[in-house]
Amino acid sequence: MIPDVPLFVDVLTTRYAYATFAVLLAVGLYMMIASPNLVKKVIGLNLFQSAIFLFFVAMAYVQGGSIPVIPSEGGAVGEYASPLPQVIVLTAIVVGVSLTAVALALIIRIYSAYGTLDENTIREVADE
Amino acid sequence: MSNIEIPLLVAVPILLSTLPLLLGLRFEKIGWPIAVLGALVNAGLVATIGRRVATEGRLVHSLGGYPRQYGIELVADQFSVVVAALIVVVTLVVLGYARTAGPRRNSFYSTFLLLFGGLLGVSMTGDVFNLFVFLEITGLTTYALVASDRSPKSALASLKYLIIGTAGASLYLVGVGFLLVATGTLNMVELSTAIADFAGYRNPLIVAAFAFIVVGLSVKAAVFPLHTWMPDAYAESPDTVTAYISGLVSTVGAYAIARLVYTVFTPAFFEAVPLARRGLVAAGTVSILAGSILAVTQSDVKRMLAYSSVAQFGMIIAAFGLATEQALIGAVIHLVGHGIMKTGLFLAVGVLSSAYGVRVVSKYANLGYRSPVTVAAMGVLLLSLVGIPPSIGFLGKWYIAWGAVEAGAPIVAGVIFLSTLLTLLYAARLLETIYFRPAEGVEGAVAADDASLRSDGGADIADADPSVSVGMILAAVVMAVLAVGLGFSAPTIETFLAPFLEAVL
Repeated sequence: MIPDVPLFVDVLTTRYAYATFAVLLAVGLYMMIASPNLVKKVIGLNLFQSAIFLFFVAMAYVQGGSIPVIPSEGGAVGEYASPLPQVIVLTAIVVGVSLTAVALALIIRIYSAYGTLDENTIREVADE
Repeated sequence: MSNIEIPLLVAVPILLSTLPLLLGLRFEKIGWPIAVLGALVNAGLVATIGRRVATEGRLVHSLGGYPRQYGIELVADQFSVVVAALIVVVTLVVLGYARTAGPRRNSFYSTFLLLFGGLLGVSMTGDVFNLFVFLEITGLTTYALVASDRSPKSALASLKYLIIGTAGASLYLVGVGFLLVATGTLNMVELSTAIADFAGYRNPLIVAAFAFIVVGLSVKAAVFPLHTWMPDAYAESPDTVTAYISGLVSTVGAYAIARLVYTVFTPAFFEAVPLARRGLVAAGTVSILAGSILAVTQSDVKRMLAYSSVAQFGMIIAAFGLATEQALIGAVIHLVGHGIMKTGLFLAVGVLSSAYGVRVVSKYANLGYRSPVTVAAMGVLLLSLVGIPPSIGFLGKWYIAWGAVEAGAPIVAGVIFLSTLLTLLYAARLLETIYFRPAEGVEGAVAADDASLRSDGGADIADADPSVSVGMILAAVVMAVLAVGLGFSAPTIETFLAPFLEAVL
């Protein structure tokens, strides 16, 4: 295992955004599955999506690059970050916000009907 | 290249979806006419596009006139036209049913039109990220529609669907990210050449992207074991909504898988990574078996039909993995056939449940003589689902099984045959209950003796019932007629699809 350690440290120091992406993705997924609280499931879902946004933004990053705003008279100099992934993240954030809104609306209706947010309790009540 | 019909196809329903809410301030029941208008306009557009695709081949529209390296393209080819035609037909029939059956609120029709536009968007887009956006439009509106009868149970089913569905769509997005890192483009055609030329099929990024994309989309297509949202969502949503989403939402999920596998990754990827192909076939095969067995064990009719969908989509996914010409034709036919059969069946179930309030198999006893027309339509659709010729259900299964034998995977053909027997088991149980089991209570005693008399009387009762209109029954009958009529369409479909098959295989 010892030869692997420098590589591992290397990844953590230079590719920490991707490592964070993996960790956040796993945490979000685990929260969605394991938490019995419906609101926490939605938070897990948001975490899961944020991890993907981080992945996209990290892939667009260029060391020492500037923002991808190019003056209309031309004259862009040097390197700049890739704009495409950033546009994708903007769109994906909009999608994520709408999903959260729908999810919370549903949760309000569930809460007013069952009086609890606990999945196990709701299942017991609903099966009766 | 302009081809203005293609963007209009997507834009018309989305723009019209604002009107029911806006005009709803003045008029009460404006939603339904607007939805019908949108569906009719789109029927015309699909017919135009279909005719042009048949003569000119693949049509492309670049949104905003940007070149496809960074712009978004909408593409109509033979496969997408078939799916768009299915969407429009199902929409028109379901609207015919919804006129009396409801829901009548204007907000329902706004959501319905958005879903309609999203579905057409999925079938027309030529950009992998744009596909994600349309999938999410489809998803969001479906979650809202599932919960549209405002019962707490449907809200629970909808939330479950939302969490699983969003996780699936997000996994797809991760796959898209990997593709973007590997190739730097999002256009499907550009991707297919970039993967072959720069990235290489055995590149770990490409293989991981394939896995993420297929798993993510399999959630949408409800392939076992990612199907768990489906029975709840189908069983708890209003009948109109069940009929609509069962026929179309998972269908476009499966369509997206085929589009990604064949247009982006191409069969050459299967050659390079045989595991991907075997995995697809295996997942499909397991799904066929699991779905059929679970369907047999259900007592609630809507749940039974939902599990049957899991089996049918298994068949379609397995056929995508087989990647022979026959299997692919079979997959397209079965995709269309499943949409027609399931919509028709759920419409018939809706008619019976609004007339008699029945939901479980045992309560269907003797209904065959009380609502003869609806039940006959249901019987025809069930037999089509089993795969009895001449029907579209038979045609799809026949081609897929043929493709399986051709591809050297006789196990798949065997499983399809076994699933046919299991389908017969649950379909026959329902048919037997409907026609031969005496009804519980007083009426049952005379059922067997004067069937013809009761048949006439039964029709009158059904027609007189204010909750069931002729339009509702007609909607189910149209689907039954289509299911049988399209059973004779094999040569037409084969010639129409030939250019698409030639391009991808």
